[in-house]
Amino acid sequence: MKLTDLTIAQAKNLLSKREISAVELTRAYIDNMEKYKGLNAFITETPEIALSQARVADENIAHDKARFLEGIPMAIKDLFCTKGVRTTASSKMLENFIPEYESTVSEKLLNAGITMLGKTSLDEFAMGSTNLTSYFGEVKNPYKRNGEDLVPGGSSGGSASAVASGQAMAATGSDTGGSIRQPSSFCGLVGIKPTYGRASRYGIVAFASSLDVPGVIARTVEDNALLLNVISGQDDKDPTTAPRAVPDFTKVLGESIKGLKIGIPTEYKSDKLNPEVQKLWDERAKELESLGAEVVEVSLPLTKFSLPVYYIIAPAEASSNLARYDGVKYGYRTKSPFHSLDEMYELTRTEGFGAEVKKRLLIGSTILTEEFYERSYLKALKTRRLICNDFDEVFKKVDVILTPSTTGAAFSKNDSLSPLDVYLNDIYTVGASLAGLPAISIPVGYDKNGLPLGLQVIGKRFDEETIFKFAHHIEAISKFDNTPSKVMGE
Amino acid sequence: MTYILKGKNKEYEMNIGLEIHCQVISDSKLFSKSSTKFGALPNTHVSFLDSGFPGQLPVINKFCIEQAIKTGLGLNAKINKKSVFDRKHYFYADLPTGYQITQQFHPIVSDGWVEIINEEGLPKKIRIEKLHVEQDAGKLTHDLSPTKSMVDFNRAGVALMEIVSKPDMASPYEAGEYIKKIRSLVRYLGTCDGNMDEGSMRCDINISLREKGSDTFGTRTETKNVNSVRFAIQAIEYESNRQLEILDDGGKIVQETRLFDANTGTTRSMRSKENAIDYRYFPDPDIMPLILEEGLVERIQASMPELPDAKRKRFIEEYKLSDYDADILTAEREVAEYFEDAVKDTQSHDGKMVANWMQTELFAVLNKENKDITESPIPAKSLGELIDLIKDGTISGKIAKDVFKFMYEGNEKSPRKIVEAKGLKQVSDTDAIEKVIDDIIASSPDNVALYKGGKVQIFGWFVGQTLKAMKGQANPQIVNEILKKKLG
Repeated sequence: MKLTDLTIAQAKNLLSKREISAVELTRAYIDNMEKYKGLNAFITETPEIALSQARVADENIAHDKARFLEGIPMAIKDLFCTKGVRTTASSKMLENFIPEYESTVSEKLLNAGITMLGKTSLDEFAMGSTNLTSYFGEVKNPYKRNGEDLVPGGSSGGSASAVASGQAMAATGSDTGGSIRQPSSFCGLVGIKPTYGRASRYGIVAFASSLDVPGVIARTVEDNALLLNVISGQDDKDPTTAPRAVPDFTKVLGESIKGLKIGIPTEYKSDKLNPEVQKLWDERAKELESLGAEVVEVSLPLTKFSLPVYYIIAPAEASSNLARYDGVKYGYRTKSPFHSLDEMYELTRTEGFGAEVKKRLLIGSTILTEEFYERSYLKALKTRRLICNDFDEVFKKVDVILTPSTTGAAFSKNDSLSPLDVYLNDIYTVGASLAGLPAISIPVGYDKNGLPLGLQVIGKRFDEETIFKFAHHIEAISKFDNTPSKVMGE
Repeated sequence: MTYILKGKNKEYEMNIGLEIHCQVISDSKLFSKSSTKFGALPNTHVSFLDSGFPGQLPVINKFCIEQAIKTGLGLNAKINKKSVFDRKHYFYADLPTGYQITQQFHPIVSDGWVEIINEEGLPKKIRIEKLHVEQDAGKLTHDLSPTKSMVDFNRAGVALMEIVSKPDMASPYEAGEYIKKIRSLVRYLGTCDGNMDEGSMRCDINISLREKGSDTFGTRTETKNVNSVRFAIQAIEYESNRQLEILDDGGKIVQETRLFDANTGTTRSMRSKENAIDYRYFPDPDIMPLILEEGLVERIQASMPELPDAKRKRFIEEYKLSDYDADILTAEREVAEYFEDAVKDTQSHDGKMVANWMQTELFAVLNKENKDITESPIPAKSLGELIDLIKDGTISGKIAKDVFKFMYEGNEKSPRKIVEAKGLKQVSDTDAIEKVIDDIIASSPDNVALYKGGKVQIFGWFVGQTLKAMKGQANPQIVNEILKKKLG
């Protein structure tokens, strides 16, 4: 058994029985990071930190003081501020930014005993679904299409690529419109975006505050549940977190879904949808039915508005959140000569941001001008509320909604895709983001090129337990093998 | 009589509206735990949030909200159970996040009023449109280096209340009275120290002229950065005359933002409406709408101190003060407290007399030394005791002034002890006084003759001689009586 093929649940078991040590486990991952550098999943590697944490972990285990994730090697998306470790958001703007504070999510994981292997790449400031926009270069998907490189998805593409290739046992992600679920789907992994307010945003470089949700990417549903147990909970530093008790999410795994209702939204059946995905969607629904669940057609009539609404709200918030990167206090400042404060701003922001970010900042700034505010931004907010109501109505009738995670498998940057096609990638994921609902992506099969395809389970607000219950059954039915050594053809 | 601006052909009236920014008294900032202490070394009261670091989130300081509610109640206003924080965007080096958090659309307080006394001594209501809570910016300094500007974020994120009036004021005087009223109110409430020198209270002034008798408002200008009542009056006088000259020449007022220059007392154009900044307001997605918990407003209401208007009314009734005295004694909370402390324990309970002594004696010396009432070397109780001594005839008013001086300058603060130690007790013993008077009459037969001959003015000379002989300690009333009797 290869150490880097272990799941968190397996590794926890072996570590606690002292059959493996945290140091050797961490070393195995560090070796893989070296081996698969070509995927460019990491922006900053921190092997020394990981090893010193592993030594502490072994010490703790030896003294029967093991913490919940003692010695589990993880990667942290480079959007989460890590104290003393460079945090770039994949932007030239923060190329040399070393935070003096730790994000709540990474702090909770560190306090639970993980070893931190490094910071994974993402689309610049988490804007994108391809990982082609990172200042530190594109990230590659471990899966190839007949030898051709593919995108890992985004924005948490570095995290997904690292976990799929055995460079980390799991990784954090953040999801604004699909940034955890889509790369998980593209890389054959399980990724959960919990309910907005379930986990703290403190210390996460903000993209769109009302949509950003931290979550995790790992290989199994159980690993997702274990990690969510750790990162969840109200945080004084983030007043948008909810004062709700955090259940043990692993408890529901294996429980029957008999009598529970699955909604299949009519509007999600689109001609844009890859027929192979449609087929897997139908099959899984039937199989869940055979396990005693009831499948019902539901309607989310405003679905067609969710992408436009998303692409108004997210850039508007981003244009505001990114105003702070101005060269005055920290981060990049232009090296060119300037003669006024305004010129310094202009040069700094022109040089410091990449093209995709600038595009969204311009869109967002325009949306918030007096001219457009009412007819675009306020209208989008109202529509967002109606979209929430749509979901609330449906959830009066069903326990979960089952949808595809993406329209198809990972694509290549050379595929002739318009920016609009790429934005369409988010079509199945933005709904849950706008409504703040928990959603998980589970790999369920392959397309004709042997590329992973995923399905998404959306749940009621703060009812991650039910989506875990379903996800666990879907995982068992699908028998998707994402063992890293196999994925990497070792 | 209204304030009229006389132009060459037409007469104009003025509409003035004020936006007053008050720094909220609070130990920590509006959204962070950093200290708000004034005068600290630059950038020592700055958290990661205050300086706009990534991933930092605002946490509302409940105390600042309570201070705003308190002020709202003092403004007789509606407290909104739900208010929303918005972001106002502009790029400037003193604004670390690129936006200021404010309440543009749904303020916490709306629809209030205060009453001022205008030039004619009549009460006038000034309506308050709203009070909203917002963050202050940092401070830029341009003169510490020849090539660089320096920024200090100590003030960045400190809570401000912006009180916006309706354009209800019609003269510089009214605007001045309004500012004084707001200042007095927030100081009474302890929600702002009202210190205009340190910038904890600043105002922007909207001014427009309209033809006398017309209901249609003229185009307004906004004058920013006015930091005292005197400057406000100056700015309004200057700006209204500037507008008058333009209108007189048949010109049009340009809607614009102007800057007041305290050195010249003039205003100059900052930017016109065409160049107005689009602040791209939108609700702050990091801050949930502020919903006030049940009973909070009621609880704050119950803890409100007596406000200037109520106190003024009470002083007039309870202490029989004149309107004028009551105005002066209630303008500042500390003055009113001093007054009541002084009257409280006296036997005589003569508020009118305490008021006179405070205004003629105490304020005179305090003003001379630029001290405020809280720094008075004479405790309120001592002043009360002094008045009792006058009232019960222990000392004369003249001696009292000496005792007052001893109390002010010396360490002994008890007038009773000073009177005893220095033997200043007034003599009311008729026998003793009679004896002195007899001596004076005996030794000045010429003057006695003059008096008896009809020169009654000389009576004063006898009084003076008697008092002088008794070192001012004789009760003047008794001296008068005896002299009249003896001289016939």
